[in-house]
Amino acid sequence: MSERILSVLVEDKPGVLARVSSTISRRGFNINSLSVGPTHIEGRSKMTIVTELDAVEQVKKQLNKLVNVIKIVELDPEMTIETEVLLLKVSINKDTQTSVIEKANLSSAKSVDVGQDYAIFEMTGSSKELNKFEKLMKPFGIIEMVRGGRIAIQSNL
Amino acid sequence: MTKELITGAELIVRSLEHLNVSTVFGVPGGAILPAYDPLYDSPIRHILARHEQGAGHMAEGYAQATGELGVVIATSGPGATNLITPLANALMDSTPLLAITGQVASTAIGNDAFQEAYTVGLSMAATKHNYLITDASEIPQVLKEAKYIATSGRPGPVLVDVPKDILNQKTIWVEPKSLDLPGYKPTLEPNPKMIQQAATLIKSSKKPILYVGGGIIHSKSHKELYDLATTYNIPVVTTLMGRGAFPDGHELCLEMPGMHGNYTATTSIQNSDLLIAIGVRFDDRVTANPDFFAQNAKVIHADIDPAEIGKVREAQVPIVGDAKSVLIGLIEALKGSDLDTASWINDLKDMKQNFPLSYDQKDDGPLKVPYVLEQLQNLTEEEAVVVSGVGQHQMWISQHWNFTEPHTWLNSGGLGTMGYSLPAAIGAQTAFPDKLVLALDGDGCFQMTCQELITASTENIPIKVVVFNNGNHGMVRQWQKIFYNSKFSASELTHHTPDYVKLAESMGAVGLRMTKKDDVKKIFTEMLNTNDKPVLIDCVVDPDDMVFPMVPAGGSNDQIIMNKEDLKQL
Ligand SMILES: Cc1ncc(C[n+]2csc(CCOP(=O)(O)OP(=O)(O)O)c2C)c(N)n1
Ligand SMILES: [Mg+2]
Repeated sequence: MSERILSVLVEDKPGVLARVSSTISRRGFNINSLSVGPTHIEGRSKMTIVTELDAVEQVKKQLNKLVNVIKIVELDPEMTIETEVLLLKVSINKDTQTSVIEKANLSSAKSVDVGQDYAIFEMTGSSKELNKFEKLMKPFGIIEMVRGGRIAIQSNL
Repeated sequence: MTKELITGAELIVRSLEHLNVSTVFGVPGGAILPAYDPLYDSPIRHILARHEQGAGHMAEGYAQATGELGVVIATSGPGATNLITPLANALMDSTPLLAITGQVASTAIGNDAFQEAYTVGLSMAATKHNYLITDASEIPQVLKEAKYIATSGRPGPVLVDVPKDILNQKTIWVEPKSLDLPGYKPTLEPNPKMIQQAATLIKSSKKPILYVGGGIIHSKSHKELYDLATTYNIPVVTTLMGRGAFPDGHELCLEMPGMHGNYTATTSIQNSDLLIAIGVRFDDRVTANPDFFAQNAKVIHADIDPAEIGKVREAQVPIVGDAKSVLIGLIEALKGSDLDTASWINDLKDMKQNFPLSYDQKDDGPLKVPYVLEQLQNLTEEEAVVVSGVGQHQMWISQHWNFTEPHTWLNSGGLGTMGYSLPAAIGAQTAFPDKLVLALDGDGCFQMTCQELITASTENIPIKVVVFNNGNHGMVRQWQKIFYNSKFSASELTHHTPDYVKLAESMGAVGLRMTKKDDVKKIFTEMLNTNDKPVLIDCVVDPDDMVFPMVPAGGSNDQIIMNKEDLKQL
């Protein structure tokens, strides 16, 4: 499945997230990931929407019809810097502790909280890297995992 | 200089006046009451509907008959939810509508207050855009924006929800600023390169078809369409929403294609080598199965809404722009060229002759809707505004009525909303008190909004209603006959039928009835001569008639069922 990444500049108005997500679901399109946050421009937010190949032209056109959507850019995967954030709480005990922390270090995850029987790691990176880290931690017993939406930006040539 | 303090409610009324709104339709209630107070003193005419759905369709009828904004007002909660159907209807048919709804006080929002509904959320997918007002001072600006959004680009409904405390809030009138809508900039002017490419295709086409719809009517470009078609001899099909965009009876006019379109219109598209599609959206009622639609045709698709282009059918030449500018561009780009369409037009002329629309009215048999329609049209001298319901009668009207002007055919094309006809006719008649406005309705549809007949008599709106009484949800019955072995599950209306004549009389209208061929002329003449009251005719028609031609949903437009005999081959 080929993914496409849309960077959507919107007016920071009430309901804009609902409008965007409702437009997408109403037309029967799948979203793999959606994230939203402020930009450096006042009154403007940026959404990063990851969707599937077939749908993307209609998604763009339908979203463009929303009055609060200002601009939609489809990012070129070759030139896109993409990142995602993860928080993962894993079980530890005396036997596994060293191994867990070692593996986390090698994956460049940052430990943000360590208790008697658990550790919490924070990691940013591509979805692939985060998936890999999750797999690594699985055998130790993941207690909880939270991943933020994917965000992306176009790099210069 | 001190400025006069006025309420949010007064701001609404004053804004509507500034926006040249002369008529609004609505039903009051708790949350919107503050707005009804200054409305009473305003020159704006308010028409009290008997149901908000009716009020909404009235505003739609007003808008569709005039091409201008229609305005509807309702209260919070049930008032607003009753508006959802007309909003969705207006969105589908691109009708410019402004809905103003009351809302519970802003301090109570979210608390499940009495008559609270999440109107902005409920109407999000049924409007082009909507607003919740958070401060009274926003009102003039928001209403100006709302009108602009509703009427520009691809028109549509806009809803403005106003909490009751905001209606009562005192503030000053602030002249609205010029509009700043960074995310809303409809493209009106087509790309000249695309126009050139389109012209090149048209010049080399032997079998072009102008496939046109509601976009021509919205952009008021029927004259330009006429020029293009007649200068270069290009036949025209007009979709259900486009009836009247090109005059029926003209030798280039093929009228309506599709599921119940006439044979020649549907087949001309199938045989065409070039579809010049303007202001249409390749609706499934036109295309049937799109894989079999116009398989040999290249497509030029012009629309003001970029999302329509390529949605159903890939276009070799996509053109985003207002239909009027597109047509002007094409006429200019084709100047001096000579299209060789004579033999194509001849073929189509033969086809029309060989496959006419037909009906069989026996002298002593039950009335047939097409016959009744032809008689009615013969008796009307002026161009009537015809407003239809949804069902068999709608298809027969579109097939058999001769439409020669835009804005004379109002119907619910996209959503197929039963109950639209009577209130929409009231809206149209309000806009044009002196025109002949005919609500030609089905008995099923009529029963959905018939209480609005009281609105018509109360407000002296002399519409003329013909209820085609076949005692059935005729269109449902037709499908049951064809696809469900004549198992007439829940499509009969005859167990208890209202006496439509008495019903009309009880609602302050004149009630008449026709049941046989001999009645038709006399009763219609009586109806047409009654102008001081609404008139309703109970027109008793064949309960078992079927609309042909027909292409079943999802079928191929190459396989048109022409009559009952053809059904046996299904
Ligand atoms: C609000 C609504 N409910 C249901 C339908 C489904 N429907 C389509 S046509 C039809 C029957 C219409 O009956 P009538 O008004 O008597 O017209 P006829 O087909 O008999 O001419 C029905 C139930 C609809 N289009 N709209
Ligand atoms: Mg009926």
